Amino acid sequence: MPQIQVSHSAQSNGNGELHLQKHTISILVENKYGAFIRIAGLFAAKGYNLESITVGPTEEEDISRMTIVTRGDDFVMEQIVKQLNRLIDTITVLDLTFESFVERDLVLVKINTSPETRSEIIQISEIFQAKVVDISPRTLTLEATGSQQKVDAIIMMLKPFGIKELARTGRVALKREFQGDV
Amino acid sequence: MFVHEQSLKSQRNGFPQSKQVMQGGKEMTGSEIFIQCLIAEGVEVVFGYPGGANIGIYDALYGQSTIKHILVRHEQGATHAAEGYAKATGKPGVVLVTSGPGATNTVTGIADALMDSIPIVVFTGQVPLKLIGNDAFQEIDIVGITRPITKHNYLVRDIRDLAKTIKEAFYIATSGRPGPVLVDLPKDIMAQKTVFEYPERVELRTYKPVLDGHMMMIKKAAEVISQSSRPVLYVGGGVINSNASDELRELAEKLKCPVTTTLHGLGSFPEDNPLSLGMLGMHGTWYSNIAVSKCDVLIAIGARFDDRVTGKVESFASEAKKIHIDIDPAVIGKNVPVDVPIVGDVKRILTRLNELVSPLKTEEWLNTISEWKQEHPLRYEQKKELRAQDVIQTIGKVTKGNAVVVTDVGQHQMWSAQFINWLHPRSLISSGGLGTMGFSLPAAMGASFGRKDVPVISISGDGGFQMNIQELATVVEHNIPLKIFVINNGYLGMVRQWQELFWQKRYSHVKLSNPDFVKVAEAYGCPASRVTHPSEAEQSIRQAMEYNDGPVFIEFVVAEEDNVFPMLPAGKTVDDMLDNPELFLPQTNGRTMFTLEKGKENYAANPSFA
Ligand SMILES: Cc1ncc(C[n+]2csc(CCOP(=O)(O)OP(=O)(O)O)c2C)c(N)n1
Ligand SMILES: [Mg+2]
Repeated sequence: MPQIQVSHSAQSNGNGELHLQKHTISILVENKYGAFIRIAGLFAAKGYNLESITVGPTEEEDISRMTIVTRGDDFVMEQIVKQLNRLIDTITVLDLTFESFVERDLVLVKINTSPETRSEIIQISEIFQAKVVDISPRTLTLEATGSQQKVDAIIMMLKPFGIKELARTGRVALKREFQGDV
Repeated sequence: MFVHEQSLKSQRNGFPQSKQVMQGGKEMTGSEIFIQCLIAEGVEVVFGYPGGANIGIYDALYGQSTIKHILVRHEQGATHAAEGYAKATGKPGVVLVTSGPGATNTVTGIADALMDSIPIVVFTGQVPLKLIGNDAFQEIDIVGITRPITKHNYLVRDIRDLAKTIKEAFYIATSGRPGPVLVDLPKDIMAQKTVFEYPERVELRTYKPVLDGHMMMIKKAAEVISQSSRPVLYVGGGVINSNASDELRELAEKLKCPVTTTLHGLGSFPEDNPLSLGMLGMHGTWYSNIAVSKCDVLIAIGARFDDRVTGKVESFASEAKKIHIDIDPAVIGKNVPVDVPIVGDVKRILTRLNELVSPLKTEEWLNTISEWKQEHPLRYEQKKELRAQDVIQTIGKVTKGNAVVVTDVGQHQMWSAQFINWLHPRSLISSGGLGTMGFSLPAAMGASFGRKDVPVISISGDGGFQMNIQELATVVEHNIPLKIFVINNGYLGMVRQWQELFWQKRYSHVKLSNPDFVKVAEAYGCPASRVTHPSEAEQSIRQAMEYNDGPVFIEFVVAEEDNVFPMLPAGKTVDDMLDNPELFLPQTNGRTMFTLEKGKENYAANPSFA
């Protein structure tokens, strides 16, 4: 399954869109040849902002769920939702921003280590409940999951040690059923 | 081959069809199934071109007579022919081409059909499935290429999906907002066999166009309308696609509301009706644009607020509450904020709306409009020299609305929109959204296969005519009684006009060095003549209209440097509208006359508009 993560600093198209509200859109789409590319292509063709896009299987074999994080004013968001709905392969399009929802982002991050820094890094990882998934004399690979902000935060904390490589899934999200505080 | 016969019905666009179809039990090749599917869809004509990847399909076409196949001379011609057929009849146009270059040649026509909401289904041959991805001979990812310019497209990867896919393709092309659908057919799949069964109906959980407008919104629209004393109906091609001209007329006459149409809306409301304002927009009538700018309620129906219509969008109908009726939710609120959105089929919505509205007090408004009509009528000055407007006005005068006119793109297109009195839906066919030069001849040819009730006329400029001139061969081969008129001004006239008005007359690459069109037409086998004087125009047009034994060609040699007016320069407002400088009337009613000079200055200040 293709996954694109355009980093948390937003795909820059020079329009200074960072001040615009972030929206998380959840799409159920026919698991058909070309459906993913049709949706990604729509964002490119229409010049919509695209921060992250994930796609994966669902509980139903022939349906995939895509989660898209984008930015735009109300006008643009209305267009994005309408244009997505217009595609023949989309089943439902939901802007979760107007709902309460759970979201997760996962990052694998490989950090340069030395005997002096290793324990400090492990301490940081504990604070974020991250897991050490690989270790070598010069590197340490952590896995962290959580909200996008939490993942942003651990990356920021690890940066001073020297990040060698990083892979991030982008946001996946589901509408919350429980409507109270969690 | 017949096991049993079954009649199928398809309910699209109000064209019920029942055809006898081979079905059940029998194994057939993909190519045979393809033919049977077209028969089931009631397809009468296919425009196509053979090649290696679709040779099997052509073999299945051989020796059958139910489906007429027209061999075009260039695949672009096939797509425009299919568009012309679809526009003229309301039925889907069908194209069959080979892979690679055959497929890429269809791209312009497909894009044109998308922009103008025309139902066509394009079948492309493809290299065998197992070779896809190998850079095989004439392999091209046409599904990838056409993804952004089709309403939907398919690559058939399993013979068992073939019939269902074709059924879906026709359904998607013709339902909701119509548009082009492409089906890519790998050669090996088409040679495989399976049991043919044509599905009776399409079940797509993801695609169910809304047809009935929301009753609450329709009521709200009626309420907004009832408050209006200066209403305008702004009408587009959606009214024609929905066959809703009668309902529109009822609404306009009931409300006593003036009607202005887009290029594609021309013919949806008869222009001999006093409520008609003609076309609006960049080259629309002066009074339609002024009326829209001053109206208090704008009722947009099956139109999409295109920039060629609105000019500067913030100033478009800025005093008006806006009601927008359209089958495509995505066009509502896209360019202009709307007060009352109604999604659904225009005909159904207007039927309901008509029950809810009552006459408005619009006398004063209509009087004001008729003053504007007198101040700035659509007209031009006849001169010694033949002008394009003479030719076009005469075509209108001779045909009296009883013809299908297919224009190309450029000045002659706008003059056709202006100087022919449009009376009937589907009587004007033109490339609007994409503005494709080379559209007219093949589209008129396609229209001819669908319409035998009225003559079909192709009007092109000397530039655009040469872009699909090869279809003269097809027209002559089938002895189509097409009237082919070329308005030869020696220029890419519309571009020259912009260069004259906005680029200091720097005529960069717009002068055409043309062949002898009469000789060219004759070489193709088409009777041809040339008209150079105003005095000859009417008689030669009459003769052409009376000639029914085959195609006839006339070249009209007209004034070179002529301009289309009025003109609302791109991205501008009605205050910047340019009217015909030949005809400036004395200042009336204290309103300023907008001069060409002022318009040029305005434009020079910001020439970046497209
Ligand atoms: C395929 C294509 N290329 C370029 C253009 C840009 N264009 C618009 S109108 C025009 C001039 C058309 O000239 P002609 O066919 O002689 O018609 P006229 O304007 O002179 O009536 C051009 C080049 C276009 N619309 N389509
Ligand atoms: Mg010309």
